Amino acid sequence: MPITYTSGEQIEVYRFSIPVTIGVPLLAIFLQAFLPRHFPFFSIFDLPLLVTIFFAMARRNPIAGLLTGAAIGLFQDCLGGYPIGVYGIAKTVVGYGASSLGSRLDVENTGARFLITFGFYLVHSAVYFAVARGMVNLTLTWSWSRGLVAGLANAALGIFLYFVLDKFKQRT
Amino acid sequence: MESVLGRYRNLIILVGVLFLQVLGLAVQVKRGNDSENTRLIRIWAVDAITPFERGLVSLQEGVSGIWHNYVYLRGVRAENRDLEKQIEQMRLQEVRLSEDAAQARRLQSLLSFKEQVVAKTVAAQVIGSSGSDLSRAVYIDKGSDQGLAPDMAVITANGIVGKILRVYPSTSLVLLINDQSSGVGVILEKSRLQGGLRGTANGQVILEHIMSDEDVKPGETVLTSGGDRIFPKGLPVGTVSQVKNGKETFLDIRVKPYADLSRLEEVLVVTQKQDRQAVADEGQHTRAADILAQRLPSVPDAPPATPISSVPASAVSNTAPVQPKTAAGTQTTPGSTLQPKSATGTPAATQPVTGTPSVKTTTPPSAAGTPPHVTDANSPPAVKPGQKPTTKQGIPAAAPAKGQAGRVAQNSSIQPKPASPPQTSNETH
Repeated sequence: MPITYTSGEQIEVYRFSIPVTIGVPLLAIFLQAFLPRHFPFFSIFDLPLLVTIFFAMARRNPIAGLLTGAAIGLFQDCLGGYPIGVYGIAKTVVGYGASSLGSRLDVENTGARFLITFGFYLVHSAVYFAVARGMVNLTLTWSWSRGLVAGLANAALGIFLYFVLDKFKQRT
Repeated sequence: MESVLGRYRNLIILVGVLFLQVLGLAVQVKRGNDSENTRLIRIWAVDAITPFERGLVSLQEGVSGIWHNYVYLRGVRAENRDLEKQIEQMRLQEVRLSEDAAQARRLQSLLSFKEQVVAKTVAAQVIGSSGSDLSRAVYIDKGSDQGLAPDMAVITANGIVGKILRVYPSTSLVLLINDQSSGVGVILEKSRLQGGLRGTANGQVILEHIMSDEDVKPGETVLTSGGDRIFPKGLPVGTVSQVKNGKETFLDIRVKPYADLSRLEEVLVVTQKQDRQAVADEGQHTRAADILAQRLPSVPDAPPATPISSVPASAVSNTAPVQPKTAAGTQTTPGSTLQPKSATGTPAATQPVTGTPSVKTTTPPSAAGTPPHVTDANSPPAVKPGQKPTTKQGIPAAAPAKGQAGRVAQNSSIQPKPASPPQTSNETH
């Protein structure tokens, strides 16, 4: 069991039961597809991204993080109208980055969670736009105002979501 | 070597996973977006999500139906009265519009125009979205089993919505017009300028390719031009909401769609379009006044066998029908109670027939013997709310004679106007 340290504190590694591992991402994708139909403002949130960041930070295993991100992103791609892989690549990068960061920093702190979620939302959007424009040749336009507002909104929602998902953590 | 692999194991796996995805993406892009390679995996993903969406939508509709149909019925009577008044006004408006439509068809026939009309539609319900703010698409509960195919137009009564991007057995993915990858050929109603419509990152809709020296004003109606071969020409799209000078030599025009794209519930999929030659109605020409005569209230016939001398004079004066006359001054339907007149009050026989004749109508006396009064055709008829007006033969005015109704419907089946929803034959599966 690799234990890493930061600021003299021991960082714990968590695991999750199989139903939570499969059910929570599926539920996030389902809600992301269903809720905007009734609450249009909800489309600004990216629940699958928040779940990816949470699992990656909690497990603190880069391989598990990137695979979780890839799986969630590819599933999301299947429901969208664009070629499969755009979200997959973006969430793979986020999963890897969040788990790498989680193994080096204390990510249990609310402020740290807020900043990490905000940062990874921008990273996710940047990778998505790069792939969509560079590979798929989509005519997307980058909007800083929208990106920043959406990043703050997702970070705020992430704090509450992580608080709920913390209940499903199991110590290794 | 092993130590290097072990040290950079995570990074190597990351690069490997990314490489596989990039490779898969490249193959899809190379083979085109319509490639069937990913169809199976998409079907699995959609089948994993849509059953829950259908279930929740059904549950929501059930609860909503119970509430609205049984519990929340306050004000229904008043609303019903208002709607009945509105229906009467719309009937009168329809008569006038049908004359305009017939005239347009005659002109189109003279010019040998071909018009494209919506021949068949399938009603569908929106059950979910694509799950991404960057890809604006929705799922509907109809698919290839119901005859849907990619690139079919999706509309509502208010305006166009988008086109079908992918079709699965029981669901379809609809790309909305505010998606960044969408494109619709449109035309401005007044200035007749043509451009292309597409979405932005913020979900707004913009009109492109209009030169900056053109005069475009906010509020102008945007219609489909038919140039994209997906939407029939003339369907309502929205209104110009903002006009600015954009980059280079083009205007930056924002369009507010008529259809509320963020709150879609029921939509119509155009499954069949029809190219047909505009044909003028060569049959018997029915004037608007004649149609009105069939629809508005009249007085029942007096018994024919009764000698006039045996009927009280007051009864004769109150129940004798006013004989309508055609433009040529001949009598029309026996017993009809209308006397068409021109706007100046002169008899219709001396005036040319126009699409919007001013008609004076005489309403029958009430049972209490109140005298008849004269109303103008432009104002709602004097029918009491809740009372069903009847024709002379006792047929409710809401259901006019078959031949007349058929003619009106036929006249109305021309290219839809923006103010009214397209005339379609709905097939609900």
